[in-house]
Amino acid sequence: MTTLQVRVWRGGPQGGDYRAYEVPRQASQSVLDVVTYIQRTLDPTLAYRFACRVGMCGSCAMTVNGVARWTCRTHVDQVCADGRLELAPLANLPVIRDLVADMREFFDKWARARGRFAGRRTRHDDFERVAPDSEPRRQVDAAIECIGCGVCYSSCDVVAWNPDYLGPAALNRAWTLQRDVRDAAQAERLRAVAGDAGCHACHTHLSCTERCPKHISPTAGIAGLKRAAAAAALKGEL
Amino acid sequence: MNPVRRARNHPGYWAFLVHRVSGILLALYLPAHFWALGLALHDAARLDAFLRWTDQPLVRFGEWGLVLLLAAHFSGGLRLLALEFLPWREWHKSLAAVAAGVSLALALAFALAL
Repeated sequence: MTTLQVRVWRGGPQGGDYRAYEVPRQASQSVLDVVTYIQRTLDPTLAYRFACRVGMCGSCAMTVNGVARWTCRTHVDQVCADGRLELAPLANLPVIRDLVADMREFFDKWARARGRFAGRRTRHDDFERVAPDSEPRRQVDAAIECIGCGVCYSSCDVVAWNPDYLGPAALNRAWTLQRDVRDAAQAERLRAVAGDAGCHACHTHLSCTERCPKHISPTAGIAGLKRAAAAAALKGEL
Repeated sequence: MNPVRRARNHPGYWAFLVHRVSGILLALYLPAHFWALGLALHDAARLDAFLRWTDQPLVRFGEWGLVLLLAAHFSGGLRLLALEFLPWREWHKSLAAVAAGVSLALALAFALAL
């Protein structure tokens, strides 16, 4: 049996360093399997976060060999040709402990981007009907499967440069609501995302699009928000 | 590969870097360009001397570099406009490749015409 040489970042808000572990190599082993082996067998003090293990919950994202990834569905084969793994918490977020990043700011930005649906109808009204093949519905479909893992936010240089920047995930969420024909807060939301820390701050590096494990392109939504904000500004509505 | 580079090693980021670096270098060149244009208005003899100086092979090579920078910045800008103003499709890597091809073709055409 071969072994993996794994370096894991250990520490907290005050700083830390990498600690080395040897983990047995298994067939079809995921990076999350490696972390779980370390925590259960080698060092029970290791802190990390996971829940579903099947790519639905978005809680196990980490930096794997320098790149932000969901670890439950990242096979060791995909990222580790030389038997070495380096694991760190997500970048651009404060560290709580070891591999656990503090996601509060990430989700607070969803709220700042007015990421909440505002309906017009009450429970007494009939359902609103949205044609599945309509343009807005197809645009929502392309962006709606976000699991909130933070990989895009962690991969974005603009977040690192401008800590107020709402980030790809929050803007993607805002875009799905802007294209939702049932939503009643679109003018207010467009104002929330059109400021200096909003869609116009994006430099179109496309790192979010490149790294999103759900193959969403937040850049597409951000470009849509830029166009919507420009059109509203020309009409004097912004 | 260094982890900081690995995270950014994809076509979208390379396209951004080329666009940013070419823009900065062209902005640095502009004062020299305006100074040379200004000579045409104020001092014809110095302008002629300057134009003779630009016939040197090394300056010619620099000129080719400027054309390459201009072509890269121009095609990179068109790429961004297409990406952000046309309906979204999965073509950002193709657009980056086309922008690179157009810049190199323009620079090559200039080199052959030199």
